[in-house]
Amino acid sequence: MVGPALAPSPAGGVALENANPLIYRRQGERPVTAREEDDELPDAIDDREIFDLIRSINDPEHPLTLEELNVVEQVRVKVNDAESTVSVEFTPTIPHCSMATLIGLSIKVKLIRSLPERFKVDVHITPGTHASEHAVNKQLADKERVAAALENAHLLEVVNQCLSGRP
Amino acid sequence: MMAAGGADVDAGAPGSQLQPWERESAAREAAEGVKAGTCTILDVVETLGSPLENADPQMRARGLQMLSEVLLQCYSLLQEKEVTHLVLFFENRLKDHHAVIPSVLQGLKALSMCAALAPGLAVSVLKAIFQEVHVQSLLQLDRHTVYSIITNFMSSREAELKSLGADFTFGFIQVMDGEKDPRNLLVAFQIVRDIIVKGYALGPFVEELFEVTSCYFPIDFIPPPNDPHGIQREDLIASLRAVLTSTPAFAEFLLPLLIEKMDSDVQSAKMDSLQTMNAACMIYGQKELKDFLSSLWSSLRREVFQTASERIESEGLSTLRALSTCLSRSVLSSDDEDLLDSFLRGILQDCRHHLCEPDMKLVWPSAKLLQAAAGGSLRAYYQITKSVFPLLVEQYNKHLQSSQHRTILEVLLGFLELRQKWGHEEEDKSPLLCSKDALCSMVFSALVEPNVQLQLVGIRALTFLGLLQGLLDLPDMDRLVNSLAQFILHEEDSQTSLAAMEAAGTLTPFYPEAFSRCLVQKLSEGLQSELREDSTQFQQDRCLQALAAVSTHPSIMKETVPVLLQHLQKVQKGSTQAGVQSVVSVCQSLKQMALQCHQNAQNYWYFHQAVVPCLMGLAVQAAMQENTHTMLSKVLLTEEALSAMVLVISAACMYLSPELAAQSVSKAVPLFLDGELSFLPGNSFPSTFQPFQDGQRPVQTQKKLVALLMAFVCSLPRNVPIPQQDRLLRDLLALSCSSDCLFTATAAAKCFAGLVNKHPAGPQLDELLGAAMDKLEQGLNEGPHRIQALTLLLWVSKALLLRYHPLTTHLTDKLLMLLGDTVLGPAVGDGFALLMADSPDVLGKSCHADMRLMFRQRFFTECVPQLVQGFHTAAPGVKANYLKGLSHILNHLPKPVLVTELPTLLPLLLEALSCSDHVVQLSTLHCLQPLLLDAPLVVSLHVDTLVGKFLTLTDSPAMAIRIAALQCLHALASLPTPVVIPYKPRVIRALAKPLDDKKRLVRKEAVTARGEWFLLGTPGR
Repeated sequence: MVGPALAPSPAGGVALENANPLIYRRQGERPVTAREEDDELPDAIDDREIFDLIRSINDPEHPLTLEELNVVEQVRVKVNDAESTVSVEFTPTIPHCSMATLIGLSIKVKLIRSLPERFKVDVHITPGTHASEHAVNKQLADKERVAAALENAHLLEVVNQCLSGRP
Repeated sequence: MMAAGGADVDAGAPGSQLQPWERESAAREAAEGVKAGTCTILDVVETLGSPLENADPQMRARGLQMLSEVLLQCYSLLQEKEVTHLVLFFENRLKDHHAVIPSVLQGLKALSMCAALAPGLAVSVLKAIFQEVHVQSLLQLDRHTVYSIITNFMSSREAELKSLGADFTFGFIQVMDGEKDPRNLLVAFQIVRDIIVKGYALGPFVEELFEVTSCYFPIDFIPPPNDPHGIQREDLIASLRAVLTSTPAFAEFLLPLLIEKMDSDVQSAKMDSLQTMNAACMIYGQKELKDFLSSLWSSLRREVFQTASERIESEGLSTLRALSTCLSRSVLSSDDEDLLDSFLRGILQDCRHHLCEPDMKLVWPSAKLLQAAAGGSLRAYYQITKSVFPLLVEQYNKHLQSSQHRTILEVLLGFLELRQKWGHEEEDKSPLLCSKDALCSMVFSALVEPNVQLQLVGIRALTFLGLLQGLLDLPDMDRLVNSLAQFILHEEDSQTSLAAMEAAGTLTPFYPEAFSRCLVQKLSEGLQSELREDSTQFQQDRCLQALAAVSTHPSIMKETVPVLLQHLQKVQKGSTQAGVQSVVSVCQSLKQMALQCHQNAQNYWYFHQAVVPCLMGLAVQAAMQENTHTMLSKVLLTEEALSAMVLVISAACMYLSPELAAQSVSKAVPLFLDGELSFLPGNSFPSTFQPFQDGQRPVQTQKKLVALLMAFVCSLPRNVPIPQQDRLLRDLLALSCSSDCLFTATAAAKCFAGLVNKHPAGPQLDELLGAAMDKLEQGLNEGPHRIQALTLLLWVSKALLLRYHPLTTHLTDKLLMLLGDTVLGPAVGDGFALLMADSPDVLGKSCHADMRLMFRQRFFTECVPQLVQGFHTAAPGVKANYLKGLSHILNHLPKPVLVTELPTLLPLLLEALSCSDHVVQLSTLHCLQPLLLDAPLVVSLHVDTLVGKFLTLTDSPAMAIRIAALQCLHALASLPTPVVIPYKPRVIRALAKPLDDKKRLVRKEAVTARGEWFLLGTPGR
């Protein structure tokens, strides 16, 4: 098990931790370029493509996306296609956010499901934005813990809810 | 025992014994007798005498029921005296045993419909019912009968009922108290509403009447499954709401109830309360609202500040707006306080400070509340903005980040947009005028900040400022136009320049002089600047786009049209170094202008006269000079340029009135048939123009211009006579089958088809089609022009298919046969797309083509069985042609038709997926994808094959096919989980590969599809 930090569920009817978050504008769909429509030319996987994968993940607490809450930003996404590495920093809305691990887990799962297996995926908290930054990062980097967490039906349900599109 | 009491009712059949099931027919016979005048209703009563007086209540009930049935059929024939007797009889029976009551009520219902009811009887019936019957202990149907009796009397004896005073209201309250059935409630609510609206006396029973109805609020009703009555929750809600909001007298009871329900946790109760409040505002005034305003405000504020659902938020805002409107509307007596004033003061006090907080957290909810309150009336708008505008300016100057600036500007934009609601009014002393300078400088300063989003908001804010006529003075306006010009000409971001063009187009009709002076001039200069580098071409395109966008006012259009035409003239003379692209751009702008001005007949006619002859003249000149002049003039004769001109000419002709069209076409056709040049401007034509005459090379070039003729004559309304139509059609027919140039041949074939489609039926058309068939036979069989003949065949088939012409079948057979042709077959297969698709040009709706609604279905049913059979018997080499044809047909069919035909077609479609032809694969995938979602049952049977084939196609060399295959796999995931879950591991594994596809668009689909398969069968999906 991943530890108590993952346990609280938003469905419990408890008051929201951050009831009135600041809402940011969503980026539009990435415009399709002529190059992308050309059958022959290869398109490298770039920062925006990774960002598009995670920006529509739902927040576990609000009916909003991580992008709208500014939890993920394109500038905090780094990808190197040639070396097959991805690094994503995310910023919890408040420093004591108990959902931080759950959000990180959702991002990680989404990337693992959506990227070719050759990629090494690193998801961590933007430095200095969360009280227990270290502990959360450690949990997210631990493969076995992540795998174990996903075998927990309740957790998987919450993660899947975050990952399925808006109702 | 005697079944129906020996109802010897008909004089014609005395003494006959009736079985119970014969009672109805006996009643009908008796009614017939009464209607025919062979007996009277009193005879019937007398004959029924023994059962009516029988000691057994069951027997009495039967007798009464029989009588009631007779009455229901012939109540309209009764005499006043008979009615009086019957009423007294039935009233008396109300005191009888409870088992007879239902039948008595039936009889009273019949009598309540009598026109011959003596005065006073209605009241006496109702009094008797109120007194003798305990309605709520009756069955649903019998309660309904009571409501019907009341409804009948209310519609025919209103004055009489009103004489009962409040007793009637009280009586009804007792009747409906405790009603549970939704069917009866709908009627009861309607009665209460009528009681109130039609002004029956409520007396001291206002609160009781409110109680007896409001106890159902909020409506909590879920219709049972398979409910035959079809009553929805919404019906009850609307009907109850109409009652509750029918009188201000309910206000003191309703408002506390609504506030209580707004504060509840049940979303539907909140929603219903807000909507009911909204409706109540329509009839309330300040007197009713006075004591509740502060609680209402705090409830509404909570819904917006702590919003749980977008729907409730927007309903809350709309209620606030309704409140503000309601308070603004109220007439004040001299010593009343203006509640609007204090209400808005409270709102401002609660929201203002949020606009000033440095972290700007609650800016949006506050702004929404303020805008909703301001939206109530112009007075409210003035009061709110008087305080908000200076505040926004102050905050804008205090904040430094552009994202904060954007938020503030967006709030301002909302307020400016709101002002549009009330139309033009003197802005004298209005807050807008007072803050005008500060607002303008704020908006103008936003435009120079290097942030595209901010600029976009700034441009929209400027547009709204400009739309408030009389607000901006001349220097402001010049500054505005200059900023727009700056964006249009020099901004690299296309979003911004597009927004600026749009703003210019919106504002031009209001300030034509300013735009003419400051913008049009700059644009035409920009167009004339010689092309030195590549970047100027880009700028020229911008200018062309902008010229079209600002041509929204007649006076501006008269300046811009000549600028564009001069530009083309220069291209034609070779005096400017322009490529085809610039001709195409000019034509696009001209087309946009044509579509913008078509609503104003006068402008459109000006445009037609200025543009069409000029374009044709330039092309004719170019065609005549072709072999003598430079290469440059050829630009206008390229197929790309001609096609662009076709669109302009078509757009400039399709909205002409029949009279003007006839006038113009009478000059255009002789130009092509007889070389009559008077239609064209100028007179410098070096040689003759004879596109239909046979001849050498220069004439070949002239023939291409048939495309322009096509654009003209095929876009006209159906009833415009085309001069020398028969000759023209024969020339077109000959040209379409003999030209070596495909462009020319296709244009001629389309022109022929376009005219044939509109040609009135009759011997002339038959003869013409006969000639066309001969030409087709000849051309298709042999010779160098088989492709041309096929093009003609396809277009003529389409023209006739659209109007359901009987010859269509013959032509379709021909096409089906040609599918087996080794050379033409593939082109025929592709041609089915042309037959089925909406034609954008000559045979389209905009060109007034004669088009029947169901032509696709008709073609489908006629053609598909043969197509399927042809596929099975065809040689292996040409099978793909049939599949291609089929998938084109299916792709264009409405989905419902397809779903019903799917079971028979699916095996063939699966075969098509394995066909190696990419076009077939792609169109089959496109055809299958929506079916996977719409016909899960049929598709489920083939899921194994489908998964396999789709997965194979994700590896196709063509990107479009990989994408379509992945979309199909995505759709498969929506089939019932038990059907697809066995394939989950296989699909997820196989989809790992397209995740690493070299094309981004493919990866995107792979991610979506794989994500969906991962969710299959897991919790939280």
